[in-house]
Amino acid sequence: MEIRDLTVRYGEKVVFDHRDFSIPDRGLTLLSGPSGVGKTTLLKALFERCPAAAFLFQEDRLLPWRTVAQHLTDVMPKSRRGEVPDILALVELTGEEDAYPHQLSGGMARRLALARCLALGGERYLLDEPFAGVDLPRQRRILEGLRALGKPVLLTGHGGELEAWVDQVLTLEPEG
Amino acid sequence: MKRWVKRVLRVLLPLAVWLGVWQCLAGWVGLELLLPGPGRVLERLAALCPTPLFWRAALATLGRVFLGGALGALGGALVAALSARWEPVDWVMTPMMKVVRATPVASFILLIWLWCQAGWVPAVIAALMSAPVVWGATAQAIGDTDPQLLEMARAYRFSRWKTARLVYLPSVLPAVLAGCRTALGLAWKAGVAAEVLCRPRRALGTQVYNAKLSMETADLFAWTAVVVCLSFAVERALWWAWRALDRRGRRWGHGDP
Repeated sequence: MEIRDLTVRYGEKVVFDHRDFSIPDRGLTLLSGPSGVGKTTLLKALFERCPAAAFLFQEDRLLPWRTVAQHLTDVMPKSRRGEVPDILALVELTGEEDAYPHQLSGGMARRLALARCLALGGERYLLDEPFAGVDLPRQRRILEGLRALGKPVLLTGHGGELEAWVDQVLTLEPEG
Repeated sequence: MKRWVKRVLRVLLPLAVWLGVWQCLAGWVGLELLLPGPGRVLERLAALCPTPLFWRAALATLGRVFLGGALGALGGALVAALSARWEPVDWVMTPMMKVVRATPVASFILLIWLWCQAGWVPAVIAALMSAPVVWGATAQAIGDTDPQLLEMARAYRFSRWKTARLVYLPSVLPAVLAGCRTALGLAWKAGVAAEVLCRPRRALGTQVYNAKLSMETADLFAWTAVVVCLSFAVERALWWAWRALDRRGRRWGHGDP
């Protein structure tokens, strides 16, 4: 996937100035770079250009009044609701179907947000900090699950381990 | 102090203090025509309670105010929802609601009385009093809905109906119900005031007026006490409804809805 001539400014601050990006169309790609370099901005720009993608926000954005299972079925057509147990198993939330978000830990809530994004489905997954608060062994297992889905995944995150587990790393450099 | 003792005292102590003050004042005035004592009012209340007139008047007033208040609340919430959806509706309805809110209730009573039968006036007044309050609460709550959740709903391709059902409705419901409590209190007072002015055949307000006309001050107090008790009962019923929702809100992790 290509993005040409991307310019993004927040007031006076220029995040991208006529930049080109080439995003791999397969496997797991880690978008890395220092804080504030524009990782989230690039993900959002990609999402705007590819509405068939599924986007995971940096914040969980869960509905406090919906259960874990309802969060998934809310974004799925009825014909795909049989996939709920598989998706919950992928993010290791099996058994939490009837829990409400406030009954989950921070890491579990993050995994629920990820599960909802996966339940939405799409041509590719754009995941902003999917593993915030998730322990490393679990991160690795979930990454393997994501790889098995067979769709291109672009994710942001921190830590050397993550770089070692993905298929490719795209490093963003600060503007100027 | 045990919890149940404290709860009983919280009800009985203020009751005893204020009844005592009332009795002292009545004794000091010494004229039942001006200020009857609580015993005499209770006596009249006991005499009125078993009469069909009492129940007919109480039920008619309750029905009128509740019907009018509920329709007004529903209308106010609907206007707020439509205003949030279509800006021109907001342009048209906001000044209207503000005018209704600012207009003295007495003016409304007299105007509505020109156009409606006396029996309908309290219901219309109750509706007019509750609509702007619920409209304000609903509009505010819709405006305060978490923008991040709304962005999520768009990104996850929620339909308008699904966004309304899963995001807006649970977000605004506690505030709307709190608005309804305030609105019903206002509707109750205004509705009874309309009854006093218009005097429908069966109404608590009419009985209040008749008692005043025949200088039966003890009856005037007794009918007023009925109005106050019914107001408390309605307020309490709504409070229970609100608390049930509040508990649900806490289960949802809302804190104070």
